[in-house]
Amino acid sequence: MKVLVAVKRVIDYNVKIRVKADHTDVDLTNVKMAMNPFCEIAVEEAVRLKEKGIASEIVAVTVGPKAAQEQLRTALALGADRAIHVATDERVESLAVAKLLKRVADEEQPQLVILGKQAIDTDNNQTGQMLAALTGWGQGTFASKVDVKDGTVDVTREIDGGLQTVSLNLPAIVTTDLRLNEPRYAKLPDIMKAKKKPLDTKTPEELGVDTGSKVSLLQVETPAERKGGIKVGSVDELVDKLKNEAKVIS
Amino acid sequence: MSILILADHHDGQLAGATAHVVTAARQIGGDIDILIAGQDVQGVAEQAAKLDGVARVRVADNAVYAHQLAEPLADLLVALADDYSHVLASSSTTGKNVLPRLAALKDVAAISDILDVVSADTFKRPIYAGNAIATVQSGDALKVLTVRGTAFDAAGETGNAAIEAVETVVDNSLSRFVDEQLEQSERPELSAARVVISGGRGMGNGENFKLLEGIADKLGAAIGASRAAVDAGFVPNDMQVGQTGKIVAPELYIAVGISGAIQHLAGMKDSKVIVAINKDEEAPIFQVADYGLVGDLFQILPELEQKL
Repeated sequence: MKVLVAVKRVIDYNVKIRVKADHTDVDLTNVKMAMNPFCEIAVEEAVRLKEKGIASEIVAVTVGPKAAQEQLRTALALGADRAIHVATDERVESLAVAKLLKRVADEEQPQLVILGKQAIDTDNNQTGQMLAALTGWGQGTFASKVDVKDGTVDVTREIDGGLQTVSLNLPAIVTTDLRLNEPRYAKLPDIMKAKKKPLDTKTPEELGVDTGSKVSLLQVETPAERKGGIKVGSVDELVDKLKNEAKVIS
Repeated sequence: MSILILADHHDGQLAGATAHVVTAARQIGGDIDILIAGQDVQGVAEQAAKLDGVARVRVADNAVYAHQLAEPLADLLVALADDYSHVLASSSTTGKNVLPRLAALKDVAAISDILDVVSADTFKRPIYAGNAIATVQSGDALKVLTVRGTAFDAAGETGNAAIEAVETVVDNSLSRFVDEQLEQSERPELSAARVVISGGRGMGNGENFKLLEGIADKLGAAIGASRAAVDAGFVPNDMQVGQTGKIVAPELYIAVGISGAIQHLAGMKDSKVIVAINKDEEAPIFQVADYGLVGDLFQILPELEQKL
């Protein structure tokens, strides 16, 4: 079966972000970018499905600027067969990304679409669920285990109280949680080979999707700083401070 | 304006977060209805009816809504949403699972994890692991919002709302519940606890988390963990505090053997008082801790338990 994997180019997870002085957004100039960590897990899961003989082809897709092709090349180096770049320099909200992915899914007819559960920049946790709604497919969100069977997929989901397993008819949408797998590193020969793999570029216009949103970003600000605290010298002093100064224990 | 809240519940108990969502709804303003969807949920409906400011509790009691699967719940919400200007749920795994599906079915945006209501169409929410706060305005006719419970006080419980049955029953041929493994605990729920004590990689192994239990018992605390401790298999993943785990804001948060990575801080830095116990005095956790104690946790924890 064919697996479609969506990946996103985001700021590297280790970077300490800066808010722009005019409070219009976060400053991304000259900042290290990378594949969203949850998307790496999605690619890894697709590659493992192929290694098990379950997936026959893996198509990686991204929506974003030209530079996002780097992340598609990374997905190809990790084992994706070909890639689709939906090129746009606009800020594209989750609903528009889901609509673009729906069009790609219409063309590609995958049996499984794997996405990360959230992007670490917008922290929305929406796109997979929205794509499931638009395609009319079942959704296995926050997956820590994916077990493809004949015509169905069992997804073990991380829920607040523990774990829940659901069975979905294929085709279906899965979003990855951190515990699903440990992504591999791309080896140099694979990175070289990935440069020769096919990468198609499309535009939102070609896909017939209006990427406009009725949500506007009015302002971005830095959260209130915590005041620096003190170091105490002993357990006795700590207990005393908590009882008599902070008054959080009695 | 009128607001529909999708309530979270489990085992016949209304989730504590629902009372916080009601407060967010009251700040938006308008009539507030709560939807209880599930199977055998009359008891949950009675708990919801006590929340202050709630006009109606609507109860969809049917086997198709058992286990809160996203596909039938979103279809049910679509059937009800035309009567409302806002649909809210807590930022629980259920709210995050269901509401974006509803939003896409209604062709509107979803706004995740709001922590402040500026006006009926303008909200603040954290981005970049809580390192920036975005103010967003929605021009959609229907606003679909998940709410960070810890950012709003709980509504009181002196209300007496009307309880009405919802007769709408949807089909679900897409998904099927298989099973559930829930962690059993006598301690308070992590996201609602007044005190939280968390262990990280520095705990060394899962067995050593017992060192936190005595202290947790004395303080009435919930026990949490960093991702490193979860990944190392010390404790189950539902104990994880952070950007991708639970967001907590207790009165007292005690971080033991946790370095304080950006992703962990995202889940706890709104705690009122933070205590860090770590042998590395350069650990980033000390930059946000009100009280830091540098030393060996294996000596400090037993002493702390004894002195509480």
